[in-house]
Amino acid sequence: MAANEDLNIDRIANLARLALTPEEKVKFSAQLADVLTNIEKLKQVDVTGVEPTAHAFPVYNVWADDVAQAGLTVEDALRNAPEKRDNMIVVPKVVE
Amino acid sequence: MSTATMSSELFNKSIAELATLLEARTITSVELTQAVIGRTQAVEERIKAFNSFDTGDALAQAAASDVRRAAGQALGPLDGIPIGIKDVIAVTGQPLTASSKMLANFVSPYDATVTQKLKKAGAVIWGRLNLDEFAMGSSTENSAFHTTRNPYNLDCVPGGSSGGSAAALAAGEAIATLGSDTGGSIRQPAALCGVVGLKPTYGLVSRFGLIAFASSLDQIGPFTRTVEDAAITLQAIAGHDERDSTSFKVEIPDYRAALKTKKGPWRIGIPKEYFGEGLDPEVAAAVEKAISFYEKMGCEIKNVSLPHTEYGVGVYYIIATAECSSNLSRYDGVRYGHRSTDADNIVDLYFKSRAEGFGPEVKRRIILGTYVLSSGYYDAYYLRAQKVRTLIRQDFLNAYKEVDAIITPTTPTPAFKRGAKADPLAMYLCDVYTIGVNLAGLPGISVPCGFSSGGLPIGMQLIGQPFKEADLLAIANAYDSAHDWARRTPNL
Amino acid sequence: MKYEAVIGLEVHVQIKTHSKMFTRVAAGYGQPANTLTDPVVLALPGVLPVMNKAALDAIIKAGLLLGCDIAPVCKWDRKNYFYPDSPKNYQISQFDQPICLNGSVEIELPGAARNIQGEHKKIALTRIHLEEDVGKLNHEAFDSLVDYNRAGTPLMEIVSEPVIKSAEEAYAYLTSLRATMIYGGISDCDMEKGQLRCDANISIRPVGETKLGTKVELKNLNSISYVRDGIAHEIQRQLAVTQAGGTIVQETRDYDGQTGTSQSLRSKEMAHDYRYFPDPDLMPVKVDAAWKARIQGECPELPFVKQTRFQAEYALPYTLTSVLVWDRALAAYFEEAAKLAGPGKAQAVGNWIVNDLQRELGAAKLDLADSKVRPAHIAELVKLIDAGTLLSNAAKEVFIAMFASGEAPAAIVASKGLAAAPIDNAELEGWCREAIAANAKSVAEFKAGKESAINGLKGPIMKASKGKANPKLVDETLRRLLAEA
Ligand SMILES: [Mg+2]
Ligand SMILES: [Zn+2]
Repeated sequence: MAANEDLNIDRIANLARLALTPEEKVKFSAQLADVLTNIEKLKQVDVTGVEPTAHAFPVYNVWADDVAQAGLTVEDALRNAPEKRDNMIVVPKVVE
Repeated sequence: MSTATMSSELFNKSIAELATLLEARTITSVELTQAVIGRTQAVEERIKAFNSFDTGDALAQAAASDVRRAAGQALGPLDGIPIGIKDVIAVTGQPLTASSKMLANFVSPYDATVTQKLKKAGAVIWGRLNLDEFAMGSSTENSAFHTTRNPYNLDCVPGGSSGGSAAALAAGEAIATLGSDTGGSIRQPAALCGVVGLKPTYGLVSRFGLIAFASSLDQIGPFTRTVEDAAITLQAIAGHDERDSTSFKVEIPDYRAALKTKKGPWRIGIPKEYFGEGLDPEVAAAVEKAISFYEKMGCEIKNVSLPHTEYGVGVYYIIATAECSSNLSRYDGVRYGHRSTDADNIVDLYFKSRAEGFGPEVKRRIILGTYVLSSGYYDAYYLRAQKVRTLIRQDFLNAYKEVDAIITPTTPTPAFKRGAKADPLAMYLCDVYTIGVNLAGLPGISVPCGFSSGGLPIGMQLIGQPFKEADLLAIANAYDSAHDWARRTPNL
Repeated sequence: MKYEAVIGLEVHVQIKTHSKMFTRVAAGYGQPANTLTDPVVLALPGVLPVMNKAALDAIIKAGLLLGCDIAPVCKWDRKNYFYPDSPKNYQISQFDQPICLNGSVEIELPGAARNIQGEHKKIALTRIHLEEDVGKLNHEAFDSLVDYNRAGTPLMEIVSEPVIKSAEEAYAYLTSLRATMIYGGISDCDMEKGQLRCDANISIRPVGETKLGTKVELKNLNSISYVRDGIAHEIQRQLAVTQAGGTIVQETRDYDGQTGTSQSLRSKEMAHDYRYFPDPDLMPVKVDAAWKARIQGECPELPFVKQTRFQAEYALPYTLTSVLVWDRALAAYFEEAAKLAGPGKAQAVGNWIVNDLQRELGAAKLDLADSKVRPAHIAELVKLIDAGTLLSNAAKEVFIAMFASGEAPAAIVASKGLAAAPIDNAELEGWCREAIAANAKSVAEFKAGKESAINGLKGPIMKASKGKANPKLVDETLRRLLAEA
């Protein structure tokens, strides 16, 4: 199975919430197919019994005590908001 | 042969030299900062290293430093030194753009941990430096704002993604700069611009406040004019941070002192996989000369093998894109950042804001990362890449049973012409020598080791053992302090 | 064909902590919009999560209370989906390595009558994992407003096996689960505040069939009654569709408790692809024996265990225990009072607490903690009655007075002169003889073995004593005289 055969660009773009132009779709599909072909090489590697590396230096139980600290003021929290009202972020009406 | 010369201007001096001058009260921080500002105003038109700078703010910080010093309360060697910051590291009240239209108007309400640490060390936080958008690229051509030029040849790229950090330093527009390195983004531009670039061990420097590209690979590090300066800067920014769960609790030694106390001779490994096809002969020759320097000083030079090297680029592009596809989901036009003005529902708002806010390379990587994580492909790509990552890491750890450090070229070629690598795959292969270090979480440093016949800088990479930056810096310093490659400056 | 329902519940419970799951800004409810945020909550560029130790303690406690296996190692994953209440557009959750596995929730089904204990049953759990809550959307006429105060609150997801058979069982499950969480101090589980939220997966199948039918997910069940009503409604809907020859479509439906109707939200074709992967920003969690033992030491006795013990240790009737044990504070209050009152008086203590105290607290809208009547007061009151010092009408008066003032019963009795007048034995005996003489029929019946007939003699005596005779003494005297006669 060559990876590029089932690279359904529309499905992926939808998951990524990224609008692509028809030209971008054609271009990206081709470029990604190239990259994926290169990546296919990984299938040659015998990984039997190899643990995946999620962290270069894993340690356990990195946490903080449950002590509340001051956060942002509403002004700072909303300073970069594209649209706000009543100290809340405005978005197009969400239906669900 | 080379366009590089030596310069005695304040703005071209090292931190170590300037710290002495400041301490002796020969100069003030305001004078130094003015010199850097003046130089920036003179050359920035040609270099385009900065996204923004605030001269008033910098001079105010410099003045505060001078007041401290006059009161006998100077904070150390960085007090009063102007340091430029890659525009992915948060500084309270300053823009934080990641060179993306998405964040063109974003102002950070908080400081990154490294920013706080630099402020505590008295540094003058100076300017926001250009990069490939969201640190994705190897040439700084992917910036949404402008392309940064290589100070040694304005037609060439400075490398990337921290191209602004490397170019600004090489051009005398800062005394040191910070960058971030996910697959080579400090070391590669350092090599291409003729400066020292250090990527610390993953977990040595806090990532809190660094805009994430690939969380398991990203690390902040300094660009400096000398290895000694790298030690001084690392001293200020290294150390455990309780706000970064991946930051490590390790003793931080005195890195600058280690340059003197650690004298070798060392066992240095040469991985044959890094000296094969695709390596420019001039780069190979320069690195080999550096190797013979170490040999002459009594180091044991050993051949080592890193057999999974060829899979590095593939592993990197799966892990980095998968992580970035998730990390960049927050840029959606809702709470901050670019919001499309012609969206009539929330899904449309996401689609259009992201389409308008992100450039092509970012989109490409988000699509690839989304694909490799999507239902049915996770095991074949992401999980397998993580397993091969383990093998790559083991290669290095095996090599370190026999050697103290590994030496390689930093890049296959010197700086290339702008627009020369239009094909993404060709661009991705620029990182072939630097990626393994990130996958294995190791420290790596690029040190200038010569110039090409075309007058472009060449860098060698020294790769150290986890959290042994003191040794790595000492090994690098042995070479650097005996050569003047890093002290040369471009004719601008 | 006969059908049966198969129900699985997914319950989200907010953990009661001071700070959020992955950052230290305060967690809370009812604060002005967007005042409980920080750069991490808002997912500003560059921020990183750090887990909350107390939330981990709490979920381990929940797991131990429900008999789960605590995973020796668990990790964090990102669940990727876009929604405006989710600041990062991914939720930090646990995918393939949840912290708690297996376990069960013990439930009691309704008994044949209110005073009869119902059947007990264990509902198996699949898993419990830890994650973070999302913000809140306020829907206005033309747009929606987002408040991130709730975003990042520690949240447990408790997933049952598909083994619940009816709306009643689901109701009992939630009641028991909720009580367990409150008992453990893990959550206040106030559904109105969104501290406990429930989604139900419901399918039907012919009795005898072992394969599961097509499931429908029911959402927005925002009270325990709505959970019961919504499930009952959905089962009926599926039966009606099936019986009309239709087929059930896999979908998510929204239940409206006000109108008792549901409508489709989305179908299976629009199902998500969450692209789970391990969160590189967080380190895994290792739970060792010492940690588990420490939490085990903090685990309280659970309601059903307490109920059995109260029945055995205090000889309490089911009706009293079924009120007392579901409220941890009330049960503790009872035990303290019962111990102070001494042997044989537990039921009287229980009655005063369940009837009088609860009634007065309810009328005054007070919590037990605010009550001026303390366990020692109840014990003293019961002892005064038992000793004959206080008669029932007077006792009620004493209770009302002490509820208002918090004064000790003996002091109230003294200051109000409510003590039963010491009745001369001769006088009492006189009234008893009169009653025996005047009620030959009752006497005959009693002698014939009808025990209750003695009550017919007591009425006239109490009347003659104007209610001041000690019932215990009256009973003893009557029996002595009847035996002599
Ligand atoms: Mg779920
Ligand atoms: Zn959940």
